[in-house]
Order: sequence, then C-alpha cells, then structure tokens
Amino acid sequence: MNGVHDMGGMDGFGKVEAEPNEPMFHEEWESRVLAMVRAMGAAGAFNIDTSRFYRETIPPHVYLSSSYYKKWFLGLEEMLIEKGYLTREEAAAGHAMQPGKALKHGKFDLGQVERIMVRGKFARPAPAPAKFNIGDRVRAKNIHPTTHTRLPRYVRGHVGVIELNHGCHVFPDSAAMELGENPQWLYTVVFEGSDLWGADGDPTSKVSIDAFEPYLDPA
Amino acid sequence: MSEHHHDHDHDHSELSETELRVRALETILTEKGYVEPAALDAIIQAYETRIGPHNGARVVAKAWTDPAFKTALLEDGSKAIGTLGHVSRVGDHLVVVENTPERHNMVVCTLCSCYPWEMLGLPPVWYKAAPYRSRAVKDPRGVLADFDVTLPKDMEVRVWDSTAETRFLVLPMRPAGTEGWSEEQLAELVTRDSMIGTGFAKTPGAPS
Repeated sequence: MNGVHDMGGMDGFGKVEAEPNEPMFHEEWESRVLAMVRAMGAAGAFNIDTSRFYRETIPPHVYLSSSYYKKWFLGLEEMLIEKGYLTREEAAAGHAMQPGKALKHGKFDLGQVERIMVRGKFARPAPAPAKFNIGDRVRAKNIHPTTHTRLPRYVRGHVGVIELNHGCHVFPDSAAMELGENPQWLYTVVFEGSDLWGADGDPTSKVSIDAFEPYLDPA
Repeated sequence: MSEHHHDHDHDHSELSETELRVRALETILTEKGYVEPAALDAIIQAYETRIGPHNGARVVAKAWTDPAFKTALLEDGSKAIGTLGHVSRVGDHLVVVENTPERHNMVVCTLCSCYPWEMLGLPPVWYKAAPYRSRAVKDPRGVLADFDVTLPKDMEVRVWDSTAETRFLVLPMRPAGTEGWSEEQLAELVTRDSMIGTGFAKTPGAPS
C-alpha cells in the first residue's frame, strides 16, 4: 500500500537526532509490547509480514504521531482482534470474557523462549529457475497494490542492476495476506542516486533494495 | 485518546493510558492461555543481556586481524559468524559489506525498522524514526552530517535499504595506529554506529 510508512525520499522530517546513552526501553510497557509481539508471533497467531501490514494500516496521522512501540501496540491489538484472538469488548474491559482460540504452535511458555532467540529462516526451495543473473539490468515495476508490498515507491519505474542473488525467500506480499509463502527469488538491485533523484540526487550515491522477482522486469 | 503527542514530548496522562492498554492486553493474553508472563519476562531479559553491539564488535575485530575470516565473512556473513561459538546466532541472511577508501556503506530500512538485532541489539529510536528513514536514501551525506561525519567528496556512498529478510552489517575500516593490537583491544574501538554506517570506528587516543 502507498502508506506513510513508505518514507524513502520524503522531505520535511528534519534532522536525525541521536540520543546519547539511549536506554534499550524508554518505558517498561515498551518491553512488554516487544515481548508480546514476539511471543504471539512465535505461537503462530500471525507471521512477520502480517504484523508489518497491520502497522502500515495505522491511520497516517496516528502513525506519524506515535512512538515506535506505540505503533507496535496498536498494530498488535488490532491484528489480534481481527484474527479472533480477543474481542473489542475484552480489550475495552481489560479482561477475558470467553475462552481463547487455539494457537497453531500452542501456548507461549518458558520452554519456547530459546526458540525465538534464533532468527527465523526465510529461504525456501526454488519452484522455478531464477529469471535474472548478476549484472542484468532490470526495471522496478510501476505497481501500486493497496495491500502489503516491500517494493518502495522511490524505486518504482527506475532501472537498476542485479548485484546479489539471495536465493528463494518467502514472498511478503503473499504471506502478509495469509495467501501462503509463495517463494520468490530475491535479489539486491542497485540504482544510481542520479537515476532515482535526477539532478537533485547525490551523483556519488548508489542505493540498493532487496527486490523479489515479481517486482522486476528486464530492462 | 489524544493523538497529538510526539516521540520526544510525552504527555503523562496519554502515556499512562497507553500503559493501561498494554497491561490490559497482557492480562487478556494471559487469561486466555496464550502466553505465560514469566516467558515474556524471559524474552525481555534475553534481549537485555544477550544481544547488543558487542556481538558485532567481536566480528569486526576478528575480521580486522584474520584475513581468512574476513574473506569468509564477506563471502557469507551468516556462515562465517556461525563458526564463532561466542556470538549470538544470526540466522541465515546476514550480509556483511566492507567500507574501503573508495566506498562508504550505510544501512537503512525505509519501510519499517529492519536491523541486524543479533549483531547490534535493538535499534536506537533514530534508526526507526522518520528523519533517518526518509532522508538516508535521498541525501545520505546530509544524514551523515547530522552525525558529524564527513566523507571525501569523490567517495562512493552506498545505501543498503533493508527491504527483505536479509540483514546488513557494515565492516568499518580499521583505524590507523592499531598495528599489533589484539582482537579484544580492537573490539573496544568498534561502535554501533560504525556498523550501521553512520559513524567510523574510534581512533586510538581520540576522545570518545
């Protein structure tokens, strides 16, 4: 979706301000939100792409005015309600009013913690040979799906070069909508800064994205 | 709920409402038997103690002192790091990119907040916030100026936008004046920002 989360190339957000000696969490509730997201994801309530899509669908004015973990909370609560893990009435009351729904991987208990400290695997067997080779020129498609995609707006329609082939990975556009993993070849595609931004770009810059094969046409 | 607060200007009544909502959700998830609060505590403790930039710093210091490791690291980051028993497990999709006198690398996630947690810990607020995500791909030198980093005018600036499950770690240049240093000494010079590409490794003797 062409949401406000797709920020690459936007102006007006001001200077990057780093906080010296920044703590890992600014408030205790932030750590609880992180833990709930990780736990419910590991229990099988949702996949990582679906959770990203729910954050992207937070209304733009709320997205821009909420702290990072507030966005995580808003996305998590809405997603769990829509997936039937709790009701709006329960969220408002702050208590369960009916039994829980079965989780794909069962309750997240202490025995599950180690499992999530290793990053998930996203590579999958290839259903077909790769269409592109390293060095090929490709054009990012001019697509504007209203659902989840990982093709940022700022590269759409532009020509780049295939630099790395990462193998076949879970396709976020399908996984986010719970349409299956639909594995696709994943490439690093590099663009010249001056192609992306014209005369307003930095001629010494190059920008790469990791692009799934369905995002690309030969150029 | 007020929707007009800002990251750096928390309104206390609004904040406590968020806190109440977060607690309510945890209560419901617990009552429904989805999660065990002690398991949530353990997740937080694991993040607080096991991941962090010290993991990445060990990898960088080893690459600076061991040419065969460096070659393997640039060839397949996940595999090379997997051979070091002492750093956290990075999964399959870590790509290490090398800074050279000709090219400076910088990592961003314009769409959300993708970051190599196992190597660098949880990302700082600025990495996840709009100013960095919006400008890094269009005006990388301007962003670097916000970090007081200036690159030679002709140097290539390469920005890696983390748009998939691949993760990127910058291998910064080894500072001059560190000949003969041990891995442990060198690791002390490797900053988090130098591995994101918004800074350099520390120079011996310079104020930190």
